[in-house]
Amino acid sequence: MHQNGWLTDAVARVRDDPRAIVRLFAAAGRHCRPEEDARTRLLLALPPETVPHWVDDLYRHGDAAERLAVLTALPSLPLGAEAVPLLHDALRTNDTRLIAAALGPYARHLDQHSWRHAVLKCVFLGVPLENVDHLDERADRELASMIAALHAERAAAGRELPPDARRLLDRIP
Amino acid sequence: MRIFDPHIHMTSRTTDDYQRMAEAGVRAVVEPAFWLGQPRTNPGSFTDYFDSLVGWEPFRAAQFGIRHHATIALNPKEANDPRCRPVLDLIPRYLDKDSVVAVGEIGYDAMTPEEDEAFTAQLALAVEYELPALVHTPHRDKARGVTRTLGVVRDSGIDPGRVVIDHLNEVTVGDVHDSGCWMGFSIYPDTKMSPPRMVEILRTHGLDRMLVNSAADWGRSDPLLTRRTGEAMLAAGFGDDDVDRVLWRNPVEFFAQSGRLDLSGKAGTGPLFEGSSILRGGS
Repeated sequence: MHQNGWLTDAVARVRDDPRAIVRLFAAAGRHCRPEEDARTRLLLALPPETVPHWVDDLYRHGDAAERLAVLTALPSLPLGAEAVPLLHDALRTNDTRLIAAALGPYARHLDQHSWRHAVLKCVFLGVPLENVDHLDERADRELASMIAALHAERAAAGRELPPDARRLLDRIP
Repeated sequence: MRIFDPHIHMTSRTTDDYQRMAEAGVRAVVEPAFWLGQPRTNPGSFTDYFDSLVGWEPFRAAQFGIRHHATIALNPKEANDPRCRPVLDLIPRYLDKDSVVAVGEIGYDAMTPEEDEAFTAQLALAVEYELPALVHTPHRDKARGVTRTLGVVRDSGIDPGRVVIDHLNEVTVGDVHDSGCWMGFSIYPDTKMSPPRMVEILRTHGLDRMLVNSAADWGRSDPLLTRRTGEAMLAAGFGDDDVDRVLWRNPVEFFAQSGRLDLSGKAGTGPLFEGSSILRGGS
């Protein structure tokens, strides 16, 4: 990542006073590229015990880019399953960037039912499945039957599934 | 013709409008926070509305290659409802967002003491957050409303070059021109201002600090009237460069004062453009 003075200063200010992250997290997008990396750095500067509070606060008060940054940072942060409600929120949206980000490595905390529906939503919306972490390991017969049912509906309408979904179907034993 | 619509309520418009706007040359918009026809009764409704202005709506616009920005404020009409007053405490956090390029719409509706207070407080926020201000003028008793508005702007200490006074007409443009504020004109099918009248105002008052918008919303309005105004300018003898100045460079110059306007190439390729549920007809 390109190092810049603004970010160095911002990280120091968050170390000094975690509450400073509220304004700095929002402003990072106009001072740093790539902004997700800069925002991850800010989150990593927080006292570890405050991270669950701040990811929730920053996501819920965030614009789309800040929410994306929180979701992207989750796997790198000292967290258990506390942030799973944020994945559910992201998966309720139709913002394809948020949906893709919610299915990164942190989605290991997502229950299998929710995970299957999230993958099916990706197929439905055309979000590339390459974004889904541990796809082949988690894909099961139930997911295959859900995708196959969607395939049947699409076929009835003279439409097709995205190629990556067809390939996934072929791979599920 | 490249068009920046500096005032349009896309929340109330369909994806068909986005499509037609993109085809007409609209590449960027500013959506000011305002009321929605149905008065809101609690701050939570505003939270969801503001979240949409910095979340879903920019995403929707990007699918059509249009860059979406917002202005955030408690509008004058709802500032009169005590149940909505706590919205003033929610606003500062939104003013830090990348796509928020001004405080607005602020100003007067019925010129009540409550509106005075909300207007003054939010002009102070514009100064504090180093943002321009977008000021609505009342539809009733407009001339006096504009005079009073200019007084409040003057007293606030904000640089008039960072303020646009909107919804002007032949009667009200002169005082705003003299004040140093920017002048906004909402081109409507029947009411506020029409393309031929707008052309006459540009002839009389020049192109400096002039902003032309469609202010399209949930009422009778037309998001393509910016384009129609550009065409009327050309038909009246203005050149391509004049049209570009009014419909693109002026709004860019005004909102660039926020330090947040980002019109770099990305708008042409929305995130996962091909895969968007919007473009795929909600499949």
